[in-house]
Amino acid sequence: MAAPMLRWVGRGRRWTFARVDGGSCHRRGAPTGSTSNRIREQSSVAQQPLYTTQKPRKGEHKWAAVVGLEIHAQISSNSKLFSGSQVRFSAPPNSLVSFFDASLPGTLPVLNRRCVEAAVMTGLALNCHINKKSLFDRKHYFYADLPAGYQITQQRLPIAVNGSLTYGVCAGKKQSQVIPKTVRIKQIQLEQDSGKSLHDDLRSQTLIDLNRAGVGLLEVVLEPDLSCGEEAAAAVRELQLILQALGTSQANMAEGQLRVDANISVHHPGEPLGVRTEVKNLNSIRFLAKAIDYEIQRQIDELENGGEILNETRSFHHQLGYTMSMRDKEGKQDYRFMPEPNLPPLVLYDATSLPAGADPQQVINIDQIRETLPELPSVTRERLVQQYGMLLEHSFTLLNEVGLLEFFQNVIKETRAEPKKVTSWVLNTFLGYLKQQNLAVSESPVTPSALAELLDLLDSRAISSAAAKQVFEELWKREGKTPGQIVSEKQLELMEDRGALEQLCHSVMEAHPQVVMDLKEGNPRAINKLIGLVRKATQSRADPAMIKEILEKLSS
Amino acid sequence: MRTMLGRTLREVSAALKQGQITPTELCQKCLSLIKKTKFLNAYITVSEEVALKQAEESEKRYKNGQSLGDLDGIPVAVKDNFSTSGIETTCASNMLKGYIPPYNATVVQKLLDQGALLMGKTNLDEFAMGSGSTDGVFGPVKNPWSYSKQYREKRKQNPHSKNEDSDWLITGGSSGGSAAAVSAFTCYAALGSDTGGSTRNPAAHCGLVGFKPSYGLVSRHGLIPLVNSMDVPGILTRCVDDAAIVLGALAGPDPKDSTTVHDPINKPFMLPSLADVSKLCIGIPKEYLVPELSSEVQSLWSKAADLFESEGAKVLEVSLPHTSYSIVCYHVLCTSEVASNMARFDGLQYGHRCDIDVSTEAMYAATRREGFNDVVRGRILSGNFFLLKENYENYFVKAQKVRRLIANDFVNAFNSGVDVLLTPTTLSEAVPYLEFIKEDNRTRSAQDDIFTQAVNMAGLPAVSIPVALSNQGLPIGLQFIGRAFCDQQLLTVAKWFEKQVQFPVIQLQELMDDCSAVLENEKLASVSLKQ
Repeated sequence: MAAPMLRWVGRGRRWTFARVDGGSCHRRGAPTGSTSNRIREQSSVAQQPLYTTQKPRKGEHKWAAVVGLEIHAQISSNSKLFSGSQVRFSAPPNSLVSFFDASLPGTLPVLNRRCVEAAVMTGLALNCHINKKSLFDRKHYFYADLPAGYQITQQRLPIAVNGSLTYGVCAGKKQSQVIPKTVRIKQIQLEQDSGKSLHDDLRSQTLIDLNRAGVGLLEVVLEPDLSCGEEAAAAVRELQLILQALGTSQANMAEGQLRVDANISVHHPGEPLGVRTEVKNLNSIRFLAKAIDYEIQRQIDELENGGEILNETRSFHHQLGYTMSMRDKEGKQDYRFMPEPNLPPLVLYDATSLPAGADPQQVINIDQIRETLPELPSVTRERLVQQYGMLLEHSFTLLNEVGLLEFFQNVIKETRAEPKKVTSWVLNTFLGYLKQQNLAVSESPVTPSALAELLDLLDSRAISSAAAKQVFEELWKREGKTPGQIVSEKQLELMEDRGALEQLCHSVMEAHPQVVMDLKEGNPRAINKLIGLVRKATQSRADPAMIKEILEKLSS
Repeated sequence: MRTMLGRTLREVSAALKQGQITPTELCQKCLSLIKKTKFLNAYITVSEEVALKQAEESEKRYKNGQSLGDLDGIPVAVKDNFSTSGIETTCASNMLKGYIPPYNATVVQKLLDQGALLMGKTNLDEFAMGSGSTDGVFGPVKNPWSYSKQYREKRKQNPHSKNEDSDWLITGGSSGGSAAAVSAFTCYAALGSDTGGSTRNPAAHCGLVGFKPSYGLVSRHGLIPLVNSMDVPGILTRCVDDAAIVLGALAGPDPKDSTTVHDPINKPFMLPSLADVSKLCIGIPKEYLVPELSSEVQSLWSKAADLFESEGAKVLEVSLPHTSYSIVCYHVLCTSEVASNMARFDGLQYGHRCDIDVSTEAMYAATRREGFNDVVRGRILSGNFFLLKENYENYFVKAQKVRRLIANDFVNAFNSGVDVLLTPTTLSEAVPYLEFIKEDNRTRSAQDDIFTQAVNMAGLPAVSIPVALSNQGLPIGLQFIGRAFCDQQLLTVAKWFEKQVQFPVIQLQELMDDCSAVLENEKLASVSLKQ
């Protein structure tokens, strides 16, 4: 079987650069698509970034981009949405396929309770209205990895509607300020995932793996309230954190548990929306931002050059950094939606509508699910700010790095050090080391307990902060030593013996008569130089304040 | 005493229990008769080995006194659109030739769990789309009554009768193979499917009881769908009690079919013998009196109403005002679901696949062209048209609204105090094949389903009961329609009626020389509704 034809659209020309109005959002660095984003300082959520062209025409052409996202999150469940097959990533091909998944004639869908609960939970977490009655529909199209020839989804009446997602974008000169923004959620629908097609171009064959066919998905449809790649990226990241906090999806983009399609158009503010394109294949948050910014700029350039935007599906080529037309469809696809006749309406209950004596196994109670909602990321951040006095952006960083919050909390639990000190060490030193070596928190050589012990030593003034850095570096070598052992082996304890320190100061002064001379002549930098020399001699173990005092006394 | 093959299921079950015959003997007799009646084309697949093995096991159970019940050791047949594990299931289509399902339909499994012997898979119209059992890839099914003494004698009297062999009659359909199999004594009960009358229509033409249960009472899991929202497994037997026994084995919720109902069902379906019908109210829908109705059927229908009235029942004329929209409404809903249900047949996972491999799309197109007959392709085409975005509101949604009106007609009739409705099942008795094929499948289906289809729209239980022989010596059936999930009440009324009319048993001795004993004690029963 031949692979479906892909139309490769080469980049026929170089894209012109766009100057971004008012010091902000999108700037195309190079035609290869490397984009540097800087969010401008925005005070209002509704304000859209505007784009101008390089050669402004009469009245200066400004462009606004409109971005809407459709996000597919694979539900974290033991079995598929309508069948008993297991859900597992990277199992041998076609090893998790029930008769229903393979669309054997006569098989019927049976709704998985866990998937419904996950949808309700997600809907509640995203401030949605949960429909007490929702319906399933068939969406028809022929594709080799869609065995039934249709996907069961919720087109007419989805399980949750009208929600909102609040996320933060970084702003300010150092990207250190977080501005909260909100995107409306149109709906959340339950639907089936498709299988996977593996195209063997060499033999012109397509191999089908149905392991994924029928896995439950939550399709989260965002209203087109976003206006650039960074906003989209931040919104998706927030959604990802929420799903992970809820446990409704692992939401790992690399494993395809979270997939994002972006609908993008540009228009002049005040004029009707432009023709939109849909960009698919966005399998990381970074590429999502890149692809959206690229596509916005492509559309502006196309229109500026008298071209037109086609309503088409485009794919993002992440190595080359551009989008290209994906399928050359003649006209629009008509999905011929139809009610799924084999599934009765999905009816949910709340405390007021729950029929008396209902079997809890047979009904789903929205209120009961609401009670089990865990703490959501926004609340966690607020708590961190309140409880530990950290800045909001620090709380964002703690949540954004996988495992970092847990690491932080474990350190806090075990140390006497001030939370601010812990925050600083975790976000600066610890995270800095991780980033430098491109490691995940889980791969860190330093355990929370080790860091806690180190911070205790620092807190009790047993070591100086310079010595603490040294201990941390030793800990990073994975030699299995505790901070206490390192300190005593390397003799990094703070020098408490005043006599010894006086002796040391004396020798340093004797060895550097010129500096002492300078000092006596009133050169203010000379004392610092001497302090530095003494500290070096103590291997940073002495308190600089005490050194200064002794030096001043000796030289007077 | 009649020989075993001519008995009803209940009678032969008693014989098995009493040891008058063993399951293996019974199975062998049926297999031998299946071979003799091969020309009827009732079976697509005869599962001889499976049946004999099941008979052997059944025999052991009887010997050990561990019989599984009334169905243990009873030969049954199953329409070839029910999935049977390890046995080819074709839907009489090239598309599924060679397809061997890896699982049993729930109803098949339940029959097997009760010890029934699966004799084989019966013929039908391709994917059950038809009303004659003439449009399957394995050829048409012949009505056993074509070869009955009753029909032949009448024909001898007719100087115009043509060449006998080419003048055989259709069974009706689409479950014609199941009807022929039961009618020709090759089994005691058969499963059909009923979407617009596909069980009741051939039952009427073959002189059998054809029962369509309430939608949701019997699992559809494993039934290869025609119209999911209307399909139900149907039951074909020689008498009402037999249908009730089979229903008892099949009814009940199925975790694999979310449209089955969980309300407790009165099981098993033991039918009381009604002593009198004076408390009953029988409704006669006036819209069912159509000009195309043959005078013989019309006359039997009114005699049946008279019978109830004379026995003390209240007989009322009722109105089902939206009946005339049923056919066109069904056309839209049926083809739309067909278009959807048939989308899975793409040649990739199972079934027929063409040789063309230039592209996936070309492969799909050729596979489906080669796999489906014109009737199926025509319905797919219309269905897809109705489901197009621009047409959906005007066709599908409107048809659904009409469906609701049709269903409400029945609700209103029952709310007016009617217990069961009495209607014809078919316009006339079975017609010869050569006559039947003068009209195309669509015209025939539209004509033949008019009394049966509305019931499927409303999900109600209905049963066709053989009433009497026509002037030509062919069976005529009448239909009873009950309230949703009042299947037992419906069958109880049908049983009383069956007893009154004493429909004659088919006489096939000329056809099956050494089975002449089948009916030896059976005289042409007095037909109380004789014309």
